Amino acid sequence: MSVKGKVFKYGNDVDTDVIIPARHLTSADPKHLASHCMEDIDADFVKNVKEGDIIVAGSNFGCGSSREHAPIAIKASGITLVIADSFARIFYRNAINVGLPIMECPEAAFAINQGDEVEADFDTGVITDLTTGERFKAKPFPEFIKRIIDAGGLISYTKMKSEA
Amino acid sequence: MGMTMTQKILADHAGLKEVHAGDLIEARLDKILGNDVTTPPAIKIFEQTGSTRVFDKDRVIMVPDHFTPNKDIKSAELSKCMRCFAKEQQITNYFELGRKDMGIEHVIIPDNGLILPGDAIIGADSHTCTYGALGAFATGVGSTDLACAMISGSTWFKVPEAIKVILKGKPGKYVTGKDIILHLIGMIGVDGALYKSLEFEGDGVKHLSMDQRLTISNMAIECGGKNGIFPVDEVTLAYIAKTNPGRFNAKDYKVYTADEDAVYSSVIEIDLSQVPLTVALPHLPSNTKPACEVKDMKVDQVVIGSCTNGREEDIKTAAEIFAGRKVADGVRCIVIPGSQRVYRKALDEGWLKIFDDAGCVISTPTCGPCLGGHMGILAEGERCVSTTNRNFVGRMGHVKSEVILSGVPVAVSSAVMGRVATPDEI
Repeated sequence: MSVKGKVFKYGNDVDTDVIIPARHLTSADPKHLASHCMEDIDADFVKNVKEGDIIVAGSNFGCGSSREHAPIAIKASGITLVIADSFARIFYRNAINVGLPIMECPEAAFAINQGDEVEADFDTGVITDLTTGERFKAKPFPEFIKRIIDAGGLISYTKMKSEA
Repeated sequence: MGMTMTQKILADHAGLKEVHAGDLIEARLDKILGNDVTTPPAIKIFEQTGSTRVFDKDRVIMVPDHFTPNKDIKSAELSKCMRCFAKEQQITNYFELGRKDMGIEHVIIPDNGLILPGDAIIGADSHTCTYGALGAFATGVGSTDLACAMISGSTWFKVPEAIKVILKGKPGKYVTGKDIILHLIGMIGVDGALYKSLEFEGDGVKHLSMDQRLTISNMAIECGGKNGIFPVDEVTLAYIAKTNPGRFNAKDYKVYTADEDAVYSSVIEIDLSQVPLTVALPHLPSNTKPACEVKDMKVDQVVIGSCTNGREEDIKTAAEIFAGRKVADGVRCIVIPGSQRVYRKALDEGWLKIFDDAGCVISTPTCGPCLGGHMGILAEGERCVSTTNRNFVGRMGHVKSEVILSGVPVAVSSAVMGRVATPDEI
């Protein structure tokens, strides 16, 4: 499976408070969360984001709170993939659990620019910057994580296991 | 190959003799917790899976503390959802507002004797790592992990690499656990311990009270840590003897110690006698400076409280420093005891009178302003010195407001002076 979209580029330590500020956590409705996604770091994000777009960021993406509302907000805003140098660990778990695709790739996180057109293949881990022609390879997921992703998230995985 | 404390606890909870950093394991859990923000989505998932009962009503903990007492209708609906579920599932450890054992989750859960050395705990709150102070493994997760663990009583972990943090010597006057953890975060950065465990040890540990250790473990997440764990010593045992005498007397807990040949990816030494009163300037907890170097920053608000610094020792220290002093003109100072028990202690000891005489707001226990929920939101351009744990952009209110993190002595001094200040100035 592959995705293709325009890049929104951010720096290091993008925290969950700017991804979805706590003042909006009184509802976990994905549409509500998406309508405020990234508003404290990029007020135009919601206006400009289109279905299929991609976020590229630096290290420690998603640091801070354990709020699962953060990957839900990003996913519901239309973003199909987040590429980062590294992810904060709770965000990493939450993204996999809610089915938001993520890729760890320091080289891509560094080289890809705001507004570039990027294509990524989840099976091979190959990321292609169609604007510059550069190609990168993301770190592969451990087998166990792949099984959760393949099952369609942790809920389906837990269900499958309890039925097995 | 030797194991760290964290690795030993995880191995035991996974039914394995040995684990190594990087192993993916399934571990059983002693306690699982959630709050009014993270539990309602977990309940929805729980119901979607067709589950009808939680795996053990005594091991699931629910605490309404983030937007409580409820700030608006939507937050009231969240609390109602959790309250109804807790009743229906007969959750033993659901804590209602105003009751004696109620308060902020990471203040009341250890104080109510629910955590013992050697336990493995997950919580749908990033500061669940607080309980490492008791020699337990504790880490934060999201709502889906909470839901699945409520069903199965277990979860998966990647066994973390470890950073050994050797604490040496004795901290100086007014230097608290908060200064020590801010100092460490300043040294290694907000991702300095990413995916790793922080394993504290050294002869300095004995100088740290349980409240100080809880503050240090609480902020392990602020440098990316999976958990932050302390060795079990006399201070720990005295604490659990007080908080859970039944299990203490029955020796129903397990003390783990790191193997001599345990592997650490790095070792950091901190001489506690050299740690200054420390603040973290906007907008990252790693943006630290000695407080004495930041004296030209005016403040509009001071917050004393939270799961980081709302414990008895914190509120006592605040009262001692505030005694006979006033909050400066133009400053609001909000004091939030972290639990009903701390509040009552403050009432009985006369600390609340001191705060009232000083001109402070005194609030019922709540996370409130820490996460920009309620009870002290900042306007555009306002600055707050706060004993909370995060100073990200917009954390306490307007996107153009600022939070400076500090320990209690610097926060009180700043309230009195109307700018960032240290106790020697007041």
